[in-house]
Formats: sequence, C-alpha cells, structure tokens
Amino acid sequence: MRVIVVGAGEVGRSIAANLESSHDVVVVDRDGETVEELTYALDVLAIQGDGTRLETLRQAGLDDAGLVIACTDDDESNVVICGAAKANGETFTIARVRRRTLLETWTGSEGAFGVDFMVCTDLLTAQTIFRISGLPAAQDVKMFAGGLVRMAEFEIGPNSPVAGQTVQEADQYDSLTFAALFREDRMIVATGDTRIRADDRIVVIGSPDSVTGFADDIVCTHDTDADEVVIVGASEVGFQTAREFEEHGFNPRLIEQDHDRARECAEALPNTMVMENDATDAEFLAREHVDEADIVVAALDGDEKNLLVSLLARRLGVDRTVAVIENLEYAELFETVGIDVAINPREVTAEEIIRFTRNDHTEKIAMVEHDRAEVIEIEVGPDSVLTGREIATATNDLPDGVVIGAISRGGRLVTPRGTTVVRPGDHVVAFVDSEVLDEVSRVI
Amino acid sequence: MRRLHVDLRAGLALVGTLLALLSIAFVVPIVTALLYGGEDLWVFVVSMVATAGFGLLLRRLDPNPTPGAREAFFVVAFTWLFASIFGALPYILAGTGAIAHPINALFESMSGFTTTGATVMETISVEEHSHAIMLWRQLTQWLGGMGIIVLAVAILSQLAVGGAQLMEAETPGPGVSKLTPHIAETARVLWLAYIGFTLLYIALLYGLHLTGYAPEMDAYNAIAHGFTTLPTGGFSPEADSMAAFSPAVQWLVIPFMFIAGVNFVLWWHMLAGDHTALINDTEFRFYLGVVTGMTLLLTAVLAVTASDVGPDPGLESSLRHAAFQIVSLTNSTGYASVDFDAWSGPAQALLLFVMFLGGSTGSTGGGIKMLRWLVILKSLRREVFTSIHPEAVRPVRMNGKVLNEEAIRGIYAFTLLYVAIFLVGIVLLAVDTARVGYDIGTIDLVSASIATLGNIGPGFGVVGPMAGYGDFPETSKLLMILYMWIGRLELFPVLVLLTRAYWRS
Repeated sequence: MRVIVVGAGEVGRSIAANLESSHDVVVVDRDGETVEELTYALDVLAIQGDGTRLETLRQAGLDDAGLVIACTDDDESNVVICGAAKANGETFTIARVRRRTLLETWTGSEGAFGVDFMVCTDLLTAQTIFRISGLPAAQDVKMFAGGLVRMAEFEIGPNSPVAGQTVQEADQYDSLTFAALFREDRMIVATGDTRIRADDRIVVIGSPDSVTGFADDIVCTHDTDADEVVIVGASEVGFQTAREFEEHGFNPRLIEQDHDRARECAEALPNTMVMENDATDAEFLAREHVDEADIVVAALDGDEKNLLVSLLARRLGVDRTVAVIENLEYAELFETVGIDVAINPREVTAEEIIRFTRNDHTEKIAMVEHDRAEVIEIEVGPDSVLTGREIATATNDLPDGVVIGAISRGGRLVTPRGTTVVRPGDHVVAFVDSEVLDEVSRVI
Repeated sequence: MRRLHVDLRAGLALVGTLLALLSIAFVVPIVTALLYGGEDLWVFVVSMVATAGFGLLLRRLDPNPTPGAREAFFVVAFTWLFASIFGALPYILAGTGAIAHPINALFESMSGFTTTGATVMETISVEEHSHAIMLWRQLTQWLGGMGIIVLAVAILSQLAVGGAQLMEAETPGPGVSKLTPHIAETARVLWLAYIGFTLLYIALLYGLHLTGYAPEMDAYNAIAHGFTTLPTGGFSPEADSMAAFSPAVQWLVIPFMFIAGVNFVLWWHMLAGDHTALINDTEFRFYLGVVTGMTLLLTAVLAVTASDVGPDPGLESSLRHAAFQIVSLTNSTGYASVDFDAWSGPAQALLLFVMFLGGSTGSTGGGIKMLRWLVILKSLRREVFTSIHPEAVRPVRMNGKVLNEEAIRGIYAFTLLYVAIFLVGIVLLAVDTARVGYDIGTIDLVSASIATLGNIGPGFGVVGPMAGYGDFPETSKLLMILYMWIGRLELFPVLVLLTRAYWRS
C-alpha cells in the first residue's frame, strides 16, 4: 500500500522508518534539507513541497495512496491535508493534532474534516502518563463510537459487593457487557458462570452511564486522598495530565509559575489544586509536603528543567517520578540518572499511529493490560462473518478470546445479546485477545 | 445651559410611555368599585385619566425615544418614582384615614410598588376603606413584584432593543439571563410564570375556603393575597395579617412565599421540561438550606424560650409559625402568622438576622440576596484556604462556572454599601424621631431601617407586624420612601442619579 506521510519531524520520521519495509512510503516536507537527508537515511521517497497544496499531494501519488498521515507541527495544516486527501478519493486519513478541542469537535461530529482517525499528541501523552503512573484507584477508560461507548478496567477490592459473585449475578445493568477478567497473569474471557474474585481486574464495555454506575457500585471506599499526585508545569501536557487524573477521581496538585496560566488552569480544573510558584523552590516544596507525594510528574517546557525537578523530588523522597522529555536521545540518559520514567510525546504519537496502521479496518483501538488484549471498534462490512447473523451463532466462527461488547447503529447504542443480529454499517466494539487479533480483524 | 450628557427628552418620553401603560391597571379597582356599589369609583377614574394624560404628555417630548445605557438608569428610577406618585392619587382623592395625607399616601404607594408592605394605615379594614382602595394597594404590589419594566418590555414592542438594558437596571446582579433570543419573549415568559403561580395560588386559597378549611378566605381575600404573596409584598387586607386565617391557610402560604423567593428563570426551565434545573442550582440549594436550617433553629428556640405561638401551643404550631416567619422575613414578604413582636429575645434576634439575607436573584424577593451571600461565603472560605496555602490559585465557582474577580469585588462593594446605607438609616431615623420627641427603641429603629431598605415591611416594636409606620415624623417617612425606592432597585440606578459624573460626562 502506498502511504503518504506529510511532515518529516520526529513523528513523521519514525512512522516512515517503521513502515518503510512493508509499504511504499512517500514523505512530504517543506524543508529541502530534511528531504535530502531523508532520501539517503530511509528507504522512502521524499518530496519537498507544501502538503496543503493538492498539486504536491498528487505528485506524492495521492490517487493511488491507501493512507495519508498528516503529522506536521501545525494542527490546521494537518486537518486541511486530510480534508483535501479525502475529497480527492477513498484514501484513509490520519491527522495528528495538539489541541484537544479539535479532537473533541472531531469525536463529537463523526467524520468531520475528512479525518478518519485523529491523534491528539498532548492528550495521548497525558493518558500515557496516567496509565503508567499505575496508582491503585486508577481505571483505564477509553471512549468509542463518538463517545457512545465506553470501555473501562476496574480493580475489584476485597470488600466490593461483586467480589464472589458470578458475572451473571453481577450483571444488573441494562447496557453493560463484561468482557474479561485479569487474574494475576491470566486472562479469562467472561462467561455467565465466571466467578469474580477480589483483586481481579475486570474489563467492561457499555454506555457511559452504565459504566459510571458500575464504577460507583463496585468501589466501596474512595480513598483517593492516599494517592497524592503532583504535576509540575502547566504546559499543555501538564494541564491535560491534571485533567486526566481529575477524570479518574483524583485531586492532583498542579504547580505553575506563570500567574495567568495558573489562573487559567485553576478555572478549567475544578478538582485540581493549582499553586503559583517556582517548583524548584525547595522551601515551598517542603511547606506543601510535596515529599509525601506518591508521584511527581515533571511537565515543564525544557528537558533540563524537568530533569532538575525530578531529581529534586527524588531527593525529597518522592516514590515515583515521571518526566516529559522532548529530546529522544536524552530519555535513556535521564532514566539512568534517576528518573523513573521518561516520556517522549512524539514517540508516543508515532507509536499510536503505527499501531493503528497495522489493522486498517479498525477505526479505534485500545490496549488493555499492556497489550494482552485490545478493544477495537470496527465498522462491519457486507462480507463480515457477523453480518446478518445472530451473535450467538456468529461467534462459533470466531476464534476464542473475542467478546462483542457494544454495537453502535446509526448513532444509537445497541447492547449485544445472543439474539442480536448485526447489520452492515454497524460499528462493533469488541474485546479481543491479542493473540487472535489478526485472525479476528480478517474475518470481521 | 451646559449640555447634559443624558438624553433627558428621550428618557422622560419613555417614562411617559410606561406611565400611560401603567394607567391601564386602574381598570382593576374601577371594576371592583363597580362590583361593590360604585364606592370611590370616581377616584380611580380621575387617577386613571391623570396618569394616562401626564404619561402621554411626557411622551410627546420625543416620539421615538432610543434609550442608551445612561438613560436606562434614569428611565428605571423615574418610572418607579412616578408610578408611586400617581399610584398615591387614589389614597389622596378618597380622603379616608391617615393615608389621605400626601406624604402618607406616597409612603403607602411606594411601599406597594416596591413590595415592601410597610403601612401607615391606622385601621386596615374594608369597613374603613373601600374594597377598591384596598385592592389597589394590593395590586400595586403585584405590579411591582415582577417589575413594571419587565412588564413593559413584555408588552411594548418599541422596547425590543433597549429592553435588555432597562431590565438589567431594574434587576441588577447576575440574575436575569436571556432565556430566548428576544428580550420581550423572556419578559413575557417571566410574567407568564408569575401570572400562572398567582392564579394557581388564588385557586388553592379559594379551594380551601370552599372545602371549609378557611372560613375567612372568601374570593376577595383570596385574590388580595394572591396579589401580595407572589410579589413578596405583604400587604394584607386584614389588620392581623395572616394571623387572621386558619392553620390550613398558613401552611399553604409558606410554600408559595418560598416559591416567590426562587429565581423565576429556574421555574421557567422546570416548566420547559428540565426537571433538574432547580436542584442543580447552587443558589436554590443554598436558599432551601438556609430556610430549612433557620426554621428548625427557630422552632427549637421557640420551644426553649416558651415564646407565644398562639392559642394552641405545640410542635405543629411552633413549626408552622417558625417556618412562616423565617420564609416571610428571609425573602422580604413581610406577612406574619402571629405577633412575633411578642416573642423572646433570641427568637427576635434570629428574625432580625434573616432580614439581611434576602431572596434569590431573579426572584421577586428583596434584600441583599442569597447569591451575594453565597459568593461572599465562598470567597471568605478561599481567604482562609489561601492563608494556609499562600501559593494556591483558587477561582470562586458558582454552578460550576468561574466567577471573575471583578464580579466578586462588585458583590463586596454592593453589600458593604448596603450595610452602610442601613447603618446611616438608623442614625438618621434616631435623630429625626428624637427631634420631634417620638420615643422609640433602638431595636425598633434598627428594624425600621432594614425593613424599608430590604423591602420587608414589618419590624419590631412600633413597626411590629401588628403595628405600622404612621407615627413617624414626616421627614422620617420621606427618608424611608427613599430607602424603599433605592432598596427595590438595588441601590445603583438611583444612586448614580445623585452623582455629578452621571449628569456631566
């Protein structure tokens, strides 16, 4: 397949590097030197030009291209590139954006801008930070079908009312499907008789209301205070990280030096305590008991500052430090000198896009338990094994380890039961064991 | 002559238009007079002609007035003043009792339009005054409740553009938002909700009468109370206020007084199908909490201090009177179900305290208002928090929305000014009453000042619920007329007229 990558920054470059062996990759960039350098460094065709010009895209072979990835540093350009590519033909388009509002507009109005898949760099980074921070109360939450369907993972505490119940007994919700349980290292696909035990991690798929309702019911004690999170620097990533923690029931603290930005963040984040100060002021950190934090996230602009803050936090006695590092080469070095995790936003973005290109029917995927399983959203075509059949019979033709979690039909949520008949055009959200993923994406 | 920066002709012309509109209201007492044998009929016919004539005359100053922001203050302030002046005509022309005196008549009229409910009448009874006069008194409160200006905006098509500015000047503070793209429609919606509640209330009151639970609540009384409860007015045609009626009536009055103190925009949302609009509103929850808490506290105080709660003391009676007085005085209605002036000191202190609270924004209630107190409480809590965490950045939120710091400063300024004016009122009234040798207690002075500024009506002692303002010297009455006027319009529309900066740029 011909893949056009517009923008040869770090993201574009690593995507191109990853796809060069399996696809015909064309890279478009405005900078002549970059293009020249790329021509020799990678097995790709590099073209100098403006990706927002149709002429340039045609020159890159738009008419034959199966995939256009717009990953320049400019949000608007990326959207325009996708729009132009879409208008020209049946190409699949991926846009990288920084602003979350654009992502929200896109998610809220299906197919807007001619973008088929949108990746929000800062949000993605924030989500990654949240995921890897690995706090006990954390639940993995992902949205599908334009917000209609939600997937979440919960840890079942010993006092939870569902501990000891079977899935059938616990299923008190109209539009909720129990997908799987993770018990220690094992993954158990949920059936009616599966018994839920304490310390299991359970994956559910359903409407946002039912998922929230379930969360409220199974969580007995909200001891979120025990999980002290301090985020240093209200950069876009810092801000999004705070919001991510907020949305999962935490009350993080956010330290920002700039007065106006601090106020802006305080207004936007009702459950975050925003403090205006220099985060390298040790006296201040001691006064605010930052040493008692379970995790400190350094998200200032500038890798050196983030290193400094992380080391300072470490010295104060913070358990876990996460730093946002822009320069890929520094990441490893920083991890050696004492930062627990260094996160590079560009790397995160490139990974997400690459992961996406692997199965090109799927519209959205979420990794569960570090790649043990995936939750995918697929638009069902006429030749799918599911089309026109009841789910109970169709599943016989599917490999083990697949649970149909939810169906979105014309903007409405349909909760799949054994007798539900899938129609072409339905969006199916399914939980799939990673081992059978390729087989599943082939037949669905 | 130095050029004024206020378009006086346009302003006066608009005041004239509004007066002409207001003259239609005289139809109600005219019909009443006809129903009751024509007593005082000519009084209202003359008043109507005079009001309409003067209004139309003013209107000729500028056939097509376009009021700006400056004129809005002028129009609002003077509409209320002229409405009160012309509303006083019937009292003077009828020539019965104390209210025949021009200053007393103006006091009674201003008290009516501003929904204060303070009276200078010696005998409140339909035997002394005609039914038409008494009903006019109540009607002025009903017109003043939701606001003359809001009514005018709803009816007059020429206020389609300037109307929003006028409505804002009449009900300042963050209360009345545009419910619909057209301001006239918003005004209509507010008035329709107001009329709807009034009709429902009258029907229920009369229903109690028909089913035998309220022998005294005849059709006239039901209508009269309908006109004075929902505007949080408090003029009753009975000298004993609500104490003249059965417990069943009093229980019915309590929820309707409460309703009148709620932001009418919320009622509109409720009627439009958003059933969570009320309970999701922070100010409503605060209002409900304050009224409930204070009622329980007062019930306990009444029990402990064995205050007189009427002929059948007991828990039901204590609870009823406590709830009644708390709701009535919190949102500035001013009805009394019992002579609370005879209650113990602690109970009276509690009542005096709630007089400073006020209703919700966008309601017909007067006073400082719940929203302002809530913002002050929230920002004080922030002060405490930031003194422990000096670096914390804490915006104040209301209904999930961030309030800007300027709005918070404005609320502090308003409240401080309000309290200052109230304190000055005590001193001026004290000096003036001492000047003429009128012997009056401190608590009476304090309550008179807040009861007129807050548009509440009754206070304690000589201005208690079963007494009146008649014995005050005329200068004091003039001061209280001013207080009712500025209190109803929330200080600024009147106060800016007193500044030099307003008149010269």
